[in-house]
Amino acid sequence: MNYLKSSIGRKQLMGLTGLIWSGFVLSHMLGNLLIFAGSDAYNKYSYALTSNPLLYLAEAGLVVTLLAHVFYGLKLKFENVEARQTRYAMPTNGEKAARFQSKWMAFHGSLILVFIIYHLITFKYGPGVEAGYVTTVDGVQMRDLHRLIVDVFQSPAYVFGYVLCMIGVGFHLSHGFYSAFASLGFYHPKYSDWLSKLGYVYAVVVAAGFISQPLYVYLFAEAR
Amino acid sequence: MGGASQSTIDLKLKVWRQKDAATGGRFEDYDATGISTDASFLEMLDVVNQRLIKGGEDPIAFDHDCREGICGSCSMVINGNPHGPERSTATCQLHMRKFNDGDTIVVEPFRANAFPVIKDLSVDRTSFDEIIAVGGYVSVNTGNAPDANALPVPKVDADQAFNAAACIGCGACVAACANGSAMLFVGAKVGHLALLPQGRSEHNERVLAMMDKMQELGFGNCSNTGACAVACPKDISFENIVRMNREYAKASIKKRT
Ligand code: FES
Repeated sequence: MNYLKSSIGRKQLMGLTGLIWSGFVLSHMLGNLLIFAGSDAYNKYSYALTSNPLLYLAEAGLVVTLLAHVFYGLKLKFENVEARQTRYAMPTNGEKAARFQSKWMAFHGSLILVFIIYHLITFKYGPGVEAGYVTTVDGVQMRDLHRLIVDVFQSPAYVFGYVLCMIGVGFHLSHGFYSAFASLGFYHPKYSDWLSKLGYVYAVVVAAGFISQPLYVYLFAEAR
Repeated sequence: MGGASQSTIDLKLKVWRQKDAATGGRFEDYDATGISTDASFLEMLDVVNQRLIKGGEDPIAFDHDCREGICGSCSMVINGNPHGPERSTATCQLHMRKFNDGDTIVVEPFRANAFPVIKDLSVDRTSFDEIIAVGGYVSVNTGNAPDANALPVPKVDADQAFNAAACIGCGACVAACANGSAMLFVGAKVGHLALLPQGRSEHNERVLAMMDKMQELGFGNCSNTGACAVACPKDISFENIVRMNREYAKASIKKRT
C-alpha cells in the first residue's frame, strides 16, 4: 500500500505537520508577548517579520502543512467514525477511561481552523497603513499593528472568543504534542512519561501566553 | 481451596440481546439474585442462563473457553469497560466480589465494525485471524528442532517480546478504542516476532502486510489515546504501537516493489 494511503503513514504525516505547527505557535506566542514591551517594540517586531522576503517561504510552508494536517485529520476522523458506529451505553470509566482531550482532537482542531481563518482576516489581512493604522518607529514608517490589536481587543465578545479558542489550542497540544512523537515512533520507558508531561507543560505555556495578550489589552491598555 | 466467603449478592443486569447480525438488538433487564461473591462473571451469567433455560427462555449467548484468562474468547463490555473495571483481568477472571449488592451492571458486546455481532454478547472476530494469516507467523523449515541456545536473545529484547507475546487476541483493544482500531493487537503480534531473531528476517514484509490487512478489514486509525493498553487484560504495552509505527515507516522506505 502507498505510504500516504496507509493508516500509519497518514498518522505520521499528522504528527509531523502537527509538530511543525507546535513550533510555530510557540514562536508566535513569544512574539505576542512583546505587547508587554510597548507599542514600538511590538510594531518593530511585526515590521521586521513582514518586511523579510523569507516570510513568504515560511508562510507557504505553514499553509501547506496546515492543509495537509486538516485534510488528513478529517479523512482519518471520518474513517474512524465509520469503523466504530455503535456507541456503548456507558462510557469507559475508572482506571480504564481514556484521556478526555485525546477523543476530541477533531473537535478542537476544527475550532482552531475556524479561528485561524478569522484571525487572518482580522489581523493579517485587516486594516493596515492605508486605513490609517500607521506609525513611525526609529524614522521608519510602518503599520501600527499594536493599535489594531488594542482596538480589536476592546470588544469583550472578541476577547472571550479568543480566549476560548486558545484553550482549544491548549487541549489540542496537550494530546497532540506527545501523540506526534508516538506516531513518529518515539517511545522509551525512561523518557516517554517525561515527554508526555512536557506536552502538558507546552500546552499550558502556549495557551496561557496567547491568552495573556487579549486579557492584558482588554484590562489595561487604552484605545488611542 | 480455602477462604470461600459464602456470601451472596443480588444484582440487576441490563444485557444486550440481539437475535443475529441482521436483526437489531436491545437491552433486556434480568435479576441475578443469590450470586456467590466467589463466582466469576461468566459463572454469574451461567447461573442467570440456567434460570432462563428452566423458564423456557433463550439463554444469553457469550463466548468463553478456557475460563482462566489465556484463550481470549470471553469478550464483553461490562459497565462501559471491556472485560469490566479491573485492570489486567479478563471477564472470566473477574470476580463477583468486585461488585456490590444491589448494583446494576450493563453488559454489551464488543463494538467495532470489524467485529459484527453474531448473537447477544458474541461477536465475530474472524478479522483477527485474517490479519494473522497474512504474516503473524515465522516460516520454519522442517527438520530437527534447533538447539535452544543456538540463537542468544538479549534479556531486554526477550522481555519486550514476552510482553507482546502475552496477547491472547481477545479484541478488548479494538473494543476500547474510540476508533475501532486494532493497532495494539497488530503491534503486539508484529513486535513479538520482530524482537526475536527467528522472526526478524521476515519482519518488513510482515509489518506491511499485517497493517495493510488491518486497514482493509475496516478497523479504524490509531489516535494514540492509549485506551487499548489500559483495557488489555494482558497489559500489552502501548510501546508496541509506537514500535510498529517506527518499523512500518522503515519498512515502507526499504520495500523494493
Ligand atoms: S475464557 Fe479464555 S480468556 Fe476468558
